[in-house]
Amino acid sequence: MSNSFLGNIIRFFVLIFLQVLILDNINFGGYINPYLYVYFILLLPFEVSGWLLLISSFALGFSIDIFTGTLGMHTAASVLMAFARPTVIRSIGSNREYESGMQPSIHDLGFRWFLTYSLILIFIHHFALFYIEVFRFSGFFNTLQRIIYSTVFTTVLVIITQYLFYRPSKK
Amino acid sequence: MRHLFAYIIKHYFFFLFLFLEIIAFLFVVQNNYQRATFLNSSGQVTGTVFNTFNNISEYFTLKTSNVILAEENARLRESQPVSFLKTDTLVYYQHDSLFKYISAKVISNTVNKQKNYLMLNKGSSSGIEKDMGVITSKGIVGTVVDVSENFSRVMSILHESNKINARIKKNDHIGNVEWDGEYYAQGLLTDIPTHVNLYKGDTIITSGNSFIFPEGILVGTVNEHLVDKGDKFNKAKIDFSVDYNNLYFVYVIVNLLKDEQINLETQNETDEQ
Repeated sequence: MSNSFLGNIIRFFVLIFLQVLILDNINFGGYINPYLYVYFILLLPFEVSGWLLLISSFALGFSIDIFTGTLGMHTAASVLMAFARPTVIRSIGSNREYESGMQPSIHDLGFRWFLTYSLILIFIHHFALFYIEVFRFSGFFNTLQRIIYSTVFTTVLVIITQYLFYRPSKK
Repeated sequence: MRHLFAYIIKHYFFFLFLFLEIIAFLFVVQNNYQRATFLNSSGQVTGTVFNTFNNISEYFTLKTSNVILAEENARLRESQPVSFLKTDTLVYYQHDSLFKYISAKVISNTVNKQKNYLMLNKGSSSGIEKDMGVITSKGIVGTVVDVSENFSRVMSILHESNKINARIKKNDHIGNVEWDGEYYAQGLLTDIPTHVNLYKGDTIITSGNSFIFPEGILVGTVNEHLVDKGDKFNKAKIDFSVDYNNLYFVYVIVNLLKDEQINLETQNETDEQ
């Protein structure tokens, strides 16, 4: 448990720096931008308590906001995503049983499960983020198009990251 | 009352969520409407981080930035008096300088948000103040909105509330340049009178009607003239002359006569009252 705790803290800081220093400079086709930092919220262990989930997501979003100068935007989207996480986990279900010490990962629960899980949560996050950013509903479909492209892009990055840090013999 | 507490504790996940979302939205609203100047508190930390990273990543772009600087040097050399044929030396006046330029390095920059900002590695200690214009050798970039001791924040032209007074070079008609939030390489020229015809490639420059930018700085070229029958004014889609995704060195413009201009204007206003 303490090992996973430390791992999550390291992941928290690495993702923030990766996001603000490198990923924020990437944009395909002018406006498709990945937000890989949500990977932290996706990978928190199943047994994390509710308050810790919300508070750490708040801290994550707030740190990103401070660097990008968009106070509140990423915070609101991250907290919403964290709030939706338990519901999404419950409603997807899995043919494998949840055991203690399991992580929401491809290794523990399979590719299909992880893809559905991350796609839904990333979409929720991006939906909130992009609409808070424009702060109006004119150009609704233009924004929706950007949300969908960015969601796909972020999800692909999340899956790639999963395979990059794939550790087969965990136990 | 005890039941209420019991209820809140039982559903604390939801109430904590609500509480945190409200805080976040207060930040959003404050940031949107007051454009809070939080650079002074957080800017030193974030500025230092960006600066350190930039010191490393700078090496990867040295080649490109050298080419840009060399091109500019060549152009400046061309515009020196020595490189002109002197036919009539009698009409040559040496004016006092109106504008001073401070060179600065871009240490953070975005183009994919609706409100894009840049951060520069110089601040008030180098003489940068709020409301100064920022340009590169290829055209305009934005306006300084926040200054701390060693860093300054620039509102890019790629920001929905940044409007720049511009002029069509071929016929001197005046319009406004703004960004529609879509593609970072294109913007809109608005308020063009209906009798003006524009063609692809027409040059748009700054008008010089503000204290921020001198006259004649390149903004972009017309891509498409959007004629809407029945409207008093037309719009045009323009291609920006600067690649905003590719900024290394910029110049901050100091208008040396700004105070005098503003004084004169406020004096007029008080006279009229």
